[in-house]
Amino acid sequence: MSEMGESSVTVAEAVKSSRSGRIRVRRAGTAQDPVLGTLMFAPAVLYLLAIIGVPFVLAFIYAFSDIRIGSNTIHFVGLANFRSVIQSPSFKVALQNSFIFTIFSQIVVIIGSTILAIALENAFRGRGIIRFLILLPWVAPISLGAIGWKWILDSLYSVINWVLVAVHLYKPYSAPMWLGEPHLAMASVILVHSWRLLPFSTVILLAGLTAIPKEIPEAAEVDGAGFWRVLFEITIPMMLPIISVAVLFGIIFTFTDIAVVYILTAGGPFDSTQVLPSLAFFTGILSGDIAAGAAISLFLVPLLVIIAYLMLRVAARAEVS
Amino acid sequence: MAVVETRGLSKVFKEGEPGAVNNVSLKTNEGEFLVFLGPSGSGKTTLLRMIAGLEYPTAGEILIGGQVVNRLSPRERRIAMVFQSYALYPHLSVYKNIAFPLKAQKVAKNLHRQKVEWAASLLGIGGLLERKPRQLSGGERQRVALARAIVREPSVFLLDEPLSNLDAKLRASAREELERFHKRVGTTTIYVTHDQMEAMAMGDRIVVLNKGIVRQLGSPKEVYDEPADTFVATFLGSPPMNLLESGEVILGFRPEQFVPAALSGTNAVPLNLRLEVIEYLGAEWILSGSLAGGRFDGKNVVARLASAQSFEIGKVYDFAVPERELKFFDRTSGKRTPAQALSWQ
Repeated sequence: MSEMGESSVTVAEAVKSSRSGRIRVRRAGTAQDPVLGTLMFAPAVLYLLAIIGVPFVLAFIYAFSDIRIGSNTIHFVGLANFRSVIQSPSFKVALQNSFIFTIFSQIVVIIGSTILAIALENAFRGRGIIRFLILLPWVAPISLGAIGWKWILDSLYSVINWVLVAVHLYKPYSAPMWLGEPHLAMASVILVHSWRLLPFSTVILLAGLTAIPKEIPEAAEVDGAGFWRVLFEITIPMMLPIISVAVLFGIIFTFTDIAVVYILTAGGPFDSTQVLPSLAFFTGILSGDIAAGAAISLFLVPLLVIIAYLMLRVAARAEVS
Repeated sequence: MAVVETRGLSKVFKEGEPGAVNNVSLKTNEGEFLVFLGPSGSGKTTLLRMIAGLEYPTAGEILIGGQVVNRLSPRERRIAMVFQSYALYPHLSVYKNIAFPLKAQKVAKNLHRQKVEWAASLLGIGGLLERKPRQLSGGERQRVALARAIVREPSVFLLDEPLSNLDAKLRASAREELERFHKRVGTTTIYVTHDQMEAMAMGDRIVVLNKGIVRQLGSPKEVYDEPADTFVATFLGSPPMNLLESGEVILGFRPEQFVPAALSGTNAVPLNLRLEVIEYLGAEWILSGSLAGGRFDGKNVVARLASAQSFEIGKVYDFAVPERELKFFDRTSGKRTPAQALSWQ
């Protein structure tokens, strides 16, 4: 309350001082002009409404209708779409895969980015270049990166297999089919997606790590703790709020991602890497059953709402402490 | 308990730049309270951090209890340190903060509670054990930091400006408490501060540092009364020692020794003070002005008096300094020189 009181005083002061002819540049921005403010804000709101709001509302409408590509009429069918979607075997597989894909990639990303953040925290020769290289997968377009991986994991031209054969771990033509065997395909998709999320998570954790005052791990060292005890009892617990922010962002990025799965495996082999977003795309757009596709994609909404809520709560708590 | 010794200790952070600590050799006494005093950037914290093992020396040796510890990690040195920010573990309760060193040094688990309670009661924080550091006041945090330091009964205490984050009132009582605490535990303690009052009040001996060099090591009385050079002379004392330059000599005397001629007794050097500013500080008066006539005509001086009600600004008064209170310094090196005969006119 008192803060608000203070700020209103400053506004009043600014008005008074501008009336009296003195120009105070620093306070110019606090002048309240509702028209200008709305205008400045409008592009962001319009963008959100057009790209996210309208499709979201459409998805709701479609999910409760019988619309298909090319149909001229639209009828309300209640929960029929959801019922049939739940009963379809490929939906069950995709739901399960979505969880596997998300959980395992988050485990890989958090372990990897924690190690990277700790390794990159202290200055060493060439740290700038390594930080740049680690950031690259995030900056590069995901489609390009994924196509690169598609070739790296290709059944005939895979460089990994070439190396495995060259060092005599495998005989030619018996090397693993990275994207052709269900378990390997899932592992490949998870690892490529982790590769892509790693930089983002690393940057978040680095920010959290540098926010820990140097004296605290030093005090732990003087208190007699070795590297591992400082790491697991001091540094990581102190990073937990920021780690949970990174995880929650990662979960949202992963649950809603389609690019890696679509480019690498297109959900195959035999739906073994099919996730909810890709299934929604294949059902709704490629097979033309828009209503079913919308119903599938809406299954994610309640889950993502919960995660977004948790994210905001964790972020708020991290600010306080 | 142990003795800490440094031999020719130096620390250069960046090659080509002047070192943060230069060739420091000193030795504590058993159970002593030794203060590192110096302005910011004097290298006192770097010196302490090298002793703690948080900074690796560029040259020289550190000995704790007669053993060279250069290559030992902080945990192997068996020291305890209290940081300026206290560096409490924010995610742990007060109890767990204090128990952390016990856990880290693998003290038998069944002794933890007893030792934590002992340390906490020694510092009067027994009622705060379940709190988190952010729920504590500044003074309470400082006590937790001290309790965490004493709980494993270290051989040496290192304290890095532990009072500087407290407000003025709390600082005075915390200082007394620390003194009493040191008397009770009797552990060799090295205390870093930039506050000369703290240094004078608490130190058995004071190491005055500037630019990484030890300017003087002595008891509070020695460094105050017999400063080794002009840096020590002006760093200690508020207002600092009056320094008058002339020829090859710098002459120094404390403001409280510069008194009206009538009060100075025999064997005093007479000087005329043209009074320019009078400051009333409650218990004392600070008189500033310049000398009138003689060899040091026009030089600024400060006098500190218990009472100065009858003085008027702009007038010239007869003042004097007892001869034995005059300190002589070499003009080029700033070092102390023996007293010498000086023509005053």
